[in-house]
Amino acid sequence: MLRTTPFHSRIAPLNLAQNWRRWSGYLAASAYEFHHDREYWAIRNSAAMIDVSPLYKYGIEGPDAERLLDRVVTRDVTKCELHQVFYTPWCDDDGKVMDDGTLTRLADDSFRLTSAEPNLRWLQDNALGMNVGIRDISDDLAALALQGPNARRILHDAADGAADDLRFFRLTKGEIGGVPVEITRTGYTGDLGYEIWTDPANAEALWDGLMEAGDKHRILPAGMLALDVARVEAGLILISVDYVPAHQAVIEGRKSSPFELGLGWTVKLGGNWFVGRDALIAEKERGPEWEFRGLDVSWDSLEALYGEVGLPPQLPSEGWRTSVPVYSGNTQVGYATSGCWSPLLKKYIALAHIQSQYAGIGTNLRVEVTVEHYRKKAAARVVETQFFNPERKRSNPSVADEVPA
Amino acid sequence: MSASRYDAIIVGGGHNGLVTAAYLASARKKVLVLEKRHVLGGAAVTEEINPGFKYSVCSYVVSLLRPEIIRDLELPKHGLQILPLESTFTPLPNGDYLARWGDHDQTRREIYRHSPRDADAYDDFGKLMYQLAVAVKPILAMVPPDPTSMSPKDLMGFLRLGKHFRGLGHEQFHALHKLMTMSSADYLDEWFETEALKATMSSSGIIGTFLGPRSPGTAYVLLHHYMGEIDGAMRAWGFVKGGTGSVSESIASAAREHGAEILTEAGVAQVAVKNGKATGVVLDDGREYTASVVVSGLDPKRTFLDLVDANSLPDDFVRDIERFKIRGSSGKVNLSLSELPNFTSKPGVGPLHKGAVSISPSIDYLERAYDEAKYGDFSSRPYMDIIMPSMIDAGMAPPGKHVMSIFVQYAPSDLRGGWDETKREAFGDAVVDTLAQYAPNLPEAILHRQVLTPWDIDRDMGLTDGNIFHGELSLHQLFCMRPTVGHADYTTPVRGYYQAGSGTHPGGGVTGASGRLAALKILKEAL
Repeated sequence: MLRTTPFHSRIAPLNLAQNWRRWSGYLAASAYEFHHDREYWAIRNSAAMIDVSPLYKYGIEGPDAERLLDRVVTRDVTKCELHQVFYTPWCDDDGKVMDDGTLTRLADDSFRLTSAEPNLRWLQDNALGMNVGIRDISDDLAALALQGPNARRILHDAADGAADDLRFFRLTKGEIGGVPVEITRTGYTGDLGYEIWTDPANAEALWDGLMEAGDKHRILPAGMLALDVARVEAGLILISVDYVPAHQAVIEGRKSSPFELGLGWTVKLGGNWFVGRDALIAEKERGPEWEFRGLDVSWDSLEALYGEVGLPPQLPSEGWRTSVPVYSGNTQVGYATSGCWSPLLKKYIALAHIQSQYAGIGTNLRVEVTVEHYRKKAAARVVETQFFNPERKRSNPSVADEVPA
Repeated sequence: MSASRYDAIIVGGGHNGLVTAAYLASARKKVLVLEKRHVLGGAAVTEEINPGFKYSVCSYVVSLLRPEIIRDLELPKHGLQILPLESTFTPLPNGDYLARWGDHDQTRREIYRHSPRDADAYDDFGKLMYQLAVAVKPILAMVPPDPTSMSPKDLMGFLRLGKHFRGLGHEQFHALHKLMTMSSADYLDEWFETEALKATMSSSGIIGTFLGPRSPGTAYVLLHHYMGEIDGAMRAWGFVKGGTGSVSESIASAAREHGAEILTEAGVAQVAVKNGKATGVVLDDGREYTASVVVSGLDPKRTFLDLVDANSLPDDFVRDIERFKIRGSSGKVNLSLSELPNFTSKPGVGPLHKGAVSISPSIDYLERAYDEAKYGDFSSRPYMDIIMPSMIDAGMAPPGKHVMSIFVQYAPSDLRGGWDETKREAFGDAVVDTLAQYAPNLPEAILHRQVLTPWDIDRDMGLTDGNIFHGELSLHQLFCMRPTVGHADYTTPVRGYYQAGSGTHPGGGVTGASGRLAALKILKEAL
């Protein structure tokens, strides 16, 4: 009874392990192969195709569209140019994050907002008295992420060069597999990548077009397990894993402000009033209680802990999403919410909420690891959240100059 | 026999009385339970009225059976199994339906089909009610303090209560205030636009009360539903394997294991009172038993106005009990079926048959049903809460056959001209006719029908005026007002005489909470 995405007819036969998970009421592939390893390396070494259709999408149109979004999100929407994409969180009145997503200006008075959770009622409530139409277009738009160093070359072939010069977080239009598409240079991997949007009726043609053009560039469909490792390396937060959306939090302690999630850069306090602005001004003045940081877990420390029981370090091959205590000495000063072994960096890394006074970059902390059934503490250093941030993510060489990966 | 002396005699073998007995017996007290009927359980009974078909005659689901009772009395060892009952299906007159399934995504999608906005609101509403239920629920496990008393114990009780509410955020506090004062229809209007959703949700606010969805005060009862959901994750809400009688049987089995004696067909005529103290009981057949403590599991009217000589009670107390609102508003229809109902809005046999079916298409529909009852008639198009126990527990009916349990509201206890057998069957016909509008195959499938009106429930089960909660669950009869100020702590004006029925705090439904709290009180101060 779970819904299937518009790409289901293509992805179902490819899912060799029948390894699925649930994403917003849709069936999503966890991994296509028996292990997600090759899918991860496709993201980092060639190109991966990830079905991201289950995202919630809203079309916001009308004379007050800009005004509404500027009121809702923390960024200054008046600065969003035509065909520009903003990544932004949005908050409740207390300045606590409700959701995060991307905002695209399709025309002067027309935007598209993506989100991880339903936001129709929130948008409608905020539009009181405004001349704006809000449409839930989640089912009207199929979405496919094409991520990895070869993504530009694949699009060059598949879309007849339409996206060759597309800048980071911008949108362009083109045709792939004979169907019209919109292409944004966005993604959730921290790599060179694009997201391609089309009418669900065209989904299969889009898929086929990309697979055909991508074959010689070693394109590979990738599932959520590979994506999860890539997004931790990129330091990108995940809702309901790294933070609890404010309107779902049963207790206050579960809520986080943008400052506490490393999203301070998205909070534009100088612009127009937006929901949560007053609380965020106050919080900025007193300083946030928490910081969101990367933890680089010391290999030597892991080796020593496992050495005590006569084993080399045993680390999970999949990303994890549990809450793991972080200590300064023997005092708990935070908790990690996501982590993984980075196959590329050869590091054991985690994303963590750390009390501000312990969150200085370079601070030596300790993170809990369970070594053969016993809880131990491994040394970890506080680092920035972007463990991996390649030049190619933002750069714009011409396709001709690009060195094949 | 007549010389036997007990530590405690429990009048009435309903589930609360049995809980009291089991707790007292487990504290090594000599306990005797006296039940008028041939079966234990009171309104929590399973009976094979039609051979091979088991009816949960009255109460048909357990909502808030206290988990500590299940643990303390080791009820699973004595056969208790609570099975999930996860969905609610509301067929609509226009041929559509509204369903709320056990799965969140599926429910969201279904509500979205009716109103995208309501789909979002449903989650936000659920969170707020969950927060409030978490805040209010501990009160259920607390002996209500007496607001007129200055004793340290009562003052501490109110202090605890105050602290509790101080912990609520302003949003929750405002919501609680609204829940205490508004009607469920008005309250739900603030959140939702889908009529069937509002009506089906509001129905939990009217069950067992003589009020309509537009009556102020009904919003509060919505909260009780969410309290069930907190434990719901731990499966304290659902259908009891073997029917609701299995709850009573498992408690009785636990009580017996601890040494309690339980007699059936032993109706108590009177509680013997000497010098202001209860000394024992006299049975209908003249048998006498003496005990240090007598506990009534009956409703407040029967406990005080029938069992005790009015001269033993203070006048103002008697007046309070006379004023206690106990109007019956509901009936019950139990059916044996040759086949399952086939709903025109969702044909075939499916998951909906394993959950509840609610006949509550709109607030207007429910309020109209109430209008008829307000002026002395039963509803010609009543609200119904239906389950098909044989789809959850195959043992409830012969293979291939089914039983259906239909809770029906409204059926006023003081029907104009009074109830009789003709009117009872006319009421049964109204129920079947109404259901047939949604599932036309139903009338033909009926093999046997049992109809219970408040009149029957009063006479057969001993619930005054057939009120399923031993007194309405309205705000003026809850907590320290249940059943009356000064005696909401399970005591009575007669020393050694205690009350443990659903007419005491917290009351309502098969919770066992009243019986347990009464036992703890008795152990603390009397035995």
